[in-house]
Amino acid sequence: MNRPALRGGLRLESHKLRPLQRPVLSVPSPRTAVLALDQGSGADAAPVVGPGQAVRVGSLIAAQRGAAAGLHSPVSGTVRCIASRPTVRGIGPCIVIDSDGRDEREPTSVPLDWRSLSGDALLERLAAAGIAGLGGAAFPTAAKLGLARSAGVNLLLLNGAECEPWICCDDALMREHAADVVLGAQVMLSACGADRGAIAVEDDKPQAVAALAAALAAAADVRLSVISLPAVFPLGAEGPLVTAVTGREVPHDGLPPQVGVVCQNVGTAASVARLVRDGLPVVSRIVTVTGSGVRNPANVEVRLGTPVAELIAACGGTTGDDRRLIAGGSLTGRALDDDAAPVTKGLNCVLVATPGDLPPRGTEMPCIRCGDCAVVCPAGLLPQQLHRATQSDDVEGLSHFGLGACIECGCCDYVCPSAIALTARFRVARERLRLHEAERERATQAKSRYERHRRRLDEQAEAERRAFDEARRRARGDGSAGH
Amino acid sequence: MSDATLLPAIATAAGLAAALGALLGVAAARLRPDPQSLVERIDALLPQTQCAQCRYPGCRPYAEAIARGDADIDCCPPGGDATVRALAELLGREPRPVDPRYGRTQARRVALIDEDRCIGCALCLPACPVDAIVGAPRLMHTVIAGHCTGCELCLPPCPVDCIALVAPADGSSTAPAAAEAA
Repeated sequence: MNRPALRGGLRLESHKLRPLQRPVLSVPSPRTAVLALDQGSGADAAPVVGPGQAVRVGSLIAAQRGAAAGLHSPVSGTVRCIASRPTVRGIGPCIVIDSDGRDEREPTSVPLDWRSLSGDALLERLAAAGIAGLGGAAFPTAAKLGLARSAGVNLLLLNGAECEPWICCDDALMREHAADVVLGAQVMLSACGADRGAIAVEDDKPQAVAALAAALAAAADVRLSVISLPAVFPLGAEGPLVTAVTGREVPHDGLPPQVGVVCQNVGTAASVARLVRDGLPVVSRIVTVTGSGVRNPANVEVRLGTPVAELIAACGGTTGDDRRLIAGGSLTGRALDDDAAPVTKGLNCVLVATPGDLPPRGTEMPCIRCGDCAVVCPAGLLPQQLHRATQSDDVEGLSHFGLGACIECGCCDYVCPSAIALTARFRVARERLRLHEAERERATQAKSRYERHRRRLDEQAEAERRAFDEARRRARGDGSAGH
Repeated sequence: MSDATLLPAIATAAGLAAALGALLGVAAARLRPDPQSLVERIDALLPQTQCAQCRYPGCRPYAEAIARGDADIDCCPPGGDATVRALAELLGREPRPVDPRYGRTQARRVALIDEDRCIGCALCLPACPVDAIVGAPRLMHTVIAGHCTGCELCLPPCPVDCIALVAPADGSSTAPAAAEAA
């Protein structure tokens, strides 16, 4: 197959060996589960339970709202409260559930006869089970597949690339649950109406590829295949992956369905398989706990809502004191302030980094316009120009140089000889751009309301004047008639 | 050099001057800059709070005053320095900080009526430039926070001082003051 290479990108040293030496570890379910309403998509689900309410494993506790998928209780017990707690995305609203330790399951969770269901019925079931992108975005899968279905895509692309140098939860999942990935892919094919499915895996995961090949042979589904890709960061990002597999480029302001592709993470496929096999909504996921700061790095299968501290404890605790907690990978992750933050659908990795893992960046120096960042940018942007636009608060420049197309992969940070935190700047700038646009929108509305207000006042004044004139004329008329 | 040799040159120069002058005259008459479109463009840069802190009765009148040359570009505290910069760029002037005599730039706030104290006098209703207050005589009033621009024009008419300006609940107060600190 003649595959176009990824534009830009980095070949990074892999750190996946240690966690993969051991099978996936099961972390006991937490005594207190804390479910963030924002599971990683940036939107809050709508709570449907209140304090004191009894819940079981799989009970709906928050309904889908916008980009936030529905949320189900991972434990059986009682809702304690809905309150602000530290989460992987800062302090945010959470549903706190005290577990009774019995792990009773919701009686409605029964296996799904998916082959007899239509595409729309399947999408409905996926939405009801809170299936969301486990690759990190936590966007509702049913919405994404539904969009793909109406756009008429022909390729379902399962993303098992996992290009971040520390994360290996998808690798572990593919090794141990390849059959689930294949079953999930089959269900998703029915749900989105694509005629072909491909599982894309980077070529540094030979065991995963072998396991998938065996599972595919067992399933004997000619629509599915495994594609091996070169291990380049950030090939696991949606846009670059679509380009690498199909040769087609996703428009910067568009989505993969526009080029006939829909992407889903392999972990999401496995959660779909669990739904059709056991009738269980998403209540757990696999997380990589790694870094030199943790004693026994491992991939752990863990209930949603388990505090990160319990994951680290299950992996033998930390070593030394000089370490940083990062939610996600070393390039695209975000600093984690509090190890009480609970596991969410979007959390794929907890990196307990020592200074050796993440070399100090050094002091930030002025941009020397060397252009290294433009060479590695997989989105084909000019980060140095964007950087200039952020410095001068140039909103037009930010749009002009395509800030919206930035995938925040961190390649530019990695190569910058002046140690400029470019991606962090771009994140801030993106938020500012959004605020600026909201401001303009509000101004436009205020303007039209003001104009209507003025017109109404003018009309009232005009009507009053006319009424006054009328009354005066009548009074004069009466007066002259009286003479 | 005789006058005869100089005459054609003078005639040519005079002719050119007359022709070009006429052309310029026609162009000035035909291609007059549209004052209305300039007002529109200035108005589009203003924050549309309609707060009248610039001493004009709204953003549009202020834009007209700028276009006429009556008002300076540094009289808009809600827009802040960003608005002054945008205006300076549009009009080819030097940017400068907002004149503090007109007020202080601060994060967006919205009016909130203390419903226990509101007597339903309806005096604030016509004062609101964007019709963001709902109410009727002898009935309690309330502010539609999404429409409120935080102009403070409802404060003076209120006889019981039951209106306060608070940070909006949707967290949209980060612009522009907080954004400038980022």
